[in-house]
Amino acid sequence: MLNISGLNSGVVIDHIKAGRGMDIYSYLELDKYDNSVAIIKNAKSSKMGKKDIIKIEGIPDFIDLNLVSVICDSVTINIIRGGVIIEKKEPSLPEQVTGIFRCKNPRCITSIEQDLPHSFRLTNPHTRTYRCIYCEQEWSRA
Amino acid sequence: MKHLLSPLDLSVEETGQILSLAEEMIKAPDRFRSVCQGKKLATLFYEPSTRTRLSFEAAMLNLGGSILGFSSADSSSAAKGESVADTIRVISSYADICAMRHPKEGAPMVAAQYASIPVINAGDGGHNHPTQTLTDLLTIQSLKGRLSHLTIGLCGDLKFGRTVHSLIHALVRYEGIHFIMISPEELRLPSYIKKEVLEPAGTPYQELTSLEDAMPKLDVLYMTRVQRERFFNEEDYIRLKDTYILDKQKLSGAKDDMLILHPLPRVNEIASEVDSDPRAVYFKQAEYGVYVRMALIMTLLGLQAPEAQF
Repeated sequence: MLNISGLNSGVVIDHIKAGRGMDIYSYLELDKYDNSVAIIKNAKSSKMGKKDIIKIEGIPDFIDLNLVSVICDSVTINIIRGGVIIEKKEPSLPEQVTGIFRCKNPRCITSIEQDLPHSFRLTNPHTRTYRCIYCEQEWSRA
Repeated sequence: MKHLLSPLDLSVEETGQILSLAEEMIKAPDRFRSVCQGKKLATLFYEPSTRTRLSFEAAMLNLGGSILGFSSADSSSAAKGESVADTIRVISSYADICAMRHPKEGAPMVAAQYASIPVINAGDGGHNHPTQTLTDLLTIQSLKGRLSHLTIGLCGDLKFGRTVHSLIHALVRYEGIHFIMISPEELRLPSYIKKEVLEPAGTPYQELTSLEDAMPKLDVLYMTRVQRERFFNEEDYIRLKDTYILDKQKLSGAKDDMLILHPLPRVNEIASEVDSDPRAVYFKQAEYGVYVRMALIMTLLGLQAPEAQF
């Protein structure tokens, strides 16, 4: 068993589907964060079998934790202060996501217009569908 | 400021007002001949178009306004690499309203973000073509007298056909609409339109491959061309382009008052022998396209219809 020391103050993103931890790390741009960040892959889980976990020291103010739910619907977010969980969050899907994903439609104006931020709007919360605001192409992880 | 980027930018009520204004123009076009005096329309066409560009220009000229613009990307600063955002910022100081056609989907939306004048989407790739939709609605409204309680057949390329997608979006907002989709398996309506537009609206639809089977039920038959430019594979285009050819024999099973619409240009999907049939209204539809664009230009410029003279 691998041991990662507990957090005194920070954020734990738990119940990430196994294999998606790095995606979340990347979309939240945690590489730009100066404090300690631990990614635990394939941790044992009674609910999920295997899961990924991200532990972030401190609470970075530059990230929108709701973005996590766009990438993975199973996550829970625990806010830790003084070594105890003070808040459990189930992130809600943001209405619009800008500057995180890129539209892959070669016919979209974003493919040629420089400096245009790629932006997606939530069009169906039930199917968790996001579409490009310009061409309406569905965003997919593939 | 209002732009028209998608047919859904107009509510049912706003659409109704534009169609009513266009019907007034059909009855008395002379009344409107100087409504736009002193106003300029910029037609920014980054890809070739005959009907749409000329109908916009005719519409502005009919209203007494002036036109300026370009008809291909090669003859614009886009050839030098200028962005849509920069182009529209400049054009905004030259004209009062603009109509933009662009091969890239969403380009008119980018223009609208940076424009200080109303932007009309005159077709963006395979995405939207709202003034064609308004034209289609005006044709049905004028010749059928209603936009509700109709069985509409959509035939041909339902996969890539933007006019069909836009028309579905617009018509599901009216009561009693029933669609019959007639296409080869490969060119069926995309499933996202069924799931995100038809099903939430509760609009019934059927999918058929036989035009003859659908014909007796239809109040409106909307024919479309299989568009070569939408295919990456030439072989697929050649295999599918002649699947449906409407001729007099196929039309024999249709209702006497059915309307045949087509956004034009046609290639061979409607035989020329059908042109003389009173149900063939596609040239009338093209004419109505000018009136509906006149009504749209007036509306977006916030201009009032002159009082009727009796």
